Amino acid sequence: MPNYFNEEFETLPRTALDALQLKRLKAVIERVYSNVPFYRASFDSFSITPDSIKSLEDLQKLPFTTKQDMRDSYPYALFAAPMDEIVRIHASSGTTGKPTVVGYTKQDIENWADLMARTLVTAGAHKGDIIHNAYGYGLFTGGLGVHNGAERLGASVIPISGGNTARQLMIMQDFGSTVLTCTPSYSLFMAEEARAEGVDFRKLKLRVGIFGAEPWSESMRQEIEEKLNLTALDIYGLSEIMGPGVAQECFEGKCGLHIWEDHFLPEIINPLTGESLPEGDKGELVITTLTKQGIPLIRYRTRDITSITYEPCVCGRTHARISRLSGRSDDMLIIRGVNVFPSQIESILVRIEGVEPHYLLIVDRKDNLDTLEIQVEVDERIFSDEIKVLQGLARRIEKEIKDMLGVTCSAKLVEPKTIQRSEGKAVRVIDKRKL
Amino acid sequence: MKVEQISIFIENKSGRLAEVTTILGFAGVNIRALSLADTSDFGILRLIVNDCDKAITALKDKGFTVSKTEVVAVEVPDKPGGLASILHVLDKDSINVEYMYAFVERCGANAVIIFRFDETEKAIASLLGRGFNILEGEHLYGM
Repeated sequence: MPNYFNEEFETLPRTALDALQLKRLKAVIERVYSNVPFYRASFDSFSITPDSIKSLEDLQKLPFTTKQDMRDSYPYALFAAPMDEIVRIHASSGTTGKPTVVGYTKQDIENWADLMARTLVTAGAHKGDIIHNAYGYGLFTGGLGVHNGAERLGASVIPISGGNTARQLMIMQDFGSTVLTCTPSYSLFMAEEARAEGVDFRKLKLRVGIFGAEPWSESMRQEIEEKLNLTALDIYGLSEIMGPGVAQECFEGKCGLHIWEDHFLPEIINPLTGESLPEGDKGELVITTLTKQGIPLIRYRTRDITSITYEPCVCGRTHARISRLSGRSDDMLIIRGVNVFPSQIESILVRIEGVEPHYLLIVDRKDNLDTLEIQVEVDERIFSDEIKVLQGLARRIEKEIKDMLGVTCSAKLVEPKTIQRSEGKAVRVIDKRKL
Repeated sequence: MKVEQISIFIENKSGRLAEVTTILGFAGVNIRALSLADTSDFGILRLIVNDCDKAITALKDKGFTVSKTEVVAVEVPDKPGGLASILHVLDKDSINVEYMYAFVERCGANAVIIFRFDETEKAIASLLGRGFNILEGEHLYGM
């Protein structure tokens, strides 16, 4: 017998769910049209008013919202609530220097906690569980998002955040953690550390792992389940839409992630043409937030590639399921759970005096941790015949990247023309990770 | 009083030194002295050659990053304590050595030390004042 956090909404029959979505869609369109100049201008240019939306299909008449739109609105211009109603601000990396900013009203935080609690229950967690939350706390939504949901559920949450793996393992043993939340790659890193320190996961109380914030695969799931002796489930979320808890794989079905359709309206589109794709086809996930007050987004292009199914699920939840994310429709890299765009690295390199942006990013995974190497070509402008000057330059690049993007990298100076140029457009990224 | 030296950026991978020297060979450039400073990723090859400009043109043509640096060549007796006598003087006058390397003259009783100083003029004045013989570039190139 599956457990639900909110049985009524989680098992709402399709017709009722559709009706609820339409009612909420009309309200959110009305809200952004009245409160957000960006949306008013954008709808006006398509000669659309809130009255134009009479069915869920009418959503397709509306233009998309992109990360670029969020950047252009930095920091608060897309907010649909006055600042004195915003109680929390989070941010994620933007495509260049400035982050993407999101604001939450008190009601948004309430809904998020409810949805995250629902997400935890969907993964098989319950009141009485001890949730070891190793997602980062801070501007990143992962840590606090899971935290609030765990408290809402009434579980005990350990806000350990990321890093210091030896301490994580000690606390996991001593505190009797039953649920682990972190990135899938970090869970495998923990497994390696545990083996080195003689910690046996079979003797721990961990039962379920809820892993997300980076792409992973079925084979990685098998490896995690074997090494950590738990059931590994996929979670999906993004700060622009809310944070963790947008979609979750159920414990019972373990086949696709239920996207919480009473709050988020999903579409799958062809990323090149923008046209809607039918159920089952692979394409880019587009989400319209139905209840958000702080920063509602209409047809937000997540750039995540997936497919959707409305088939009934063994767990009894009626919400559609998206398949495991299989990639991105842009050049964003996810390195140890941190979103990084090559353009961000380029803008940092340009700022470092003399470094011309002939660079190559090599992403790899060593000992279950992502690594980033930045190769920079040394030309006459930055060449010095003193070793210490060149080494200083490499260290400075590493520090600036760490400071600005929060990603550890190693900078490698290479000879000119080492980096391949093809048809005028340089290859900027080599991703060697095999997921 | 100063000697021209060329510095070449090379990645730490097999065959690069062979490539540089082959290019210079084809260009008819003769190497008088050399030193290699390296790290795990890259190295800097420093050369004194008979024709600096020809060497730079040939290497740049092949895509190498090359620069010209001024260094000082000092002659010392090729016997125990020879190098120490120079370094004591520099130390006393608080002159920093960025790097240095040495070679022995083909015939004769002297060694030549190549120095890169952060304050070249001051170093030359100091060494001349103590009676050291500083070699002209032409002397080295044509050796």
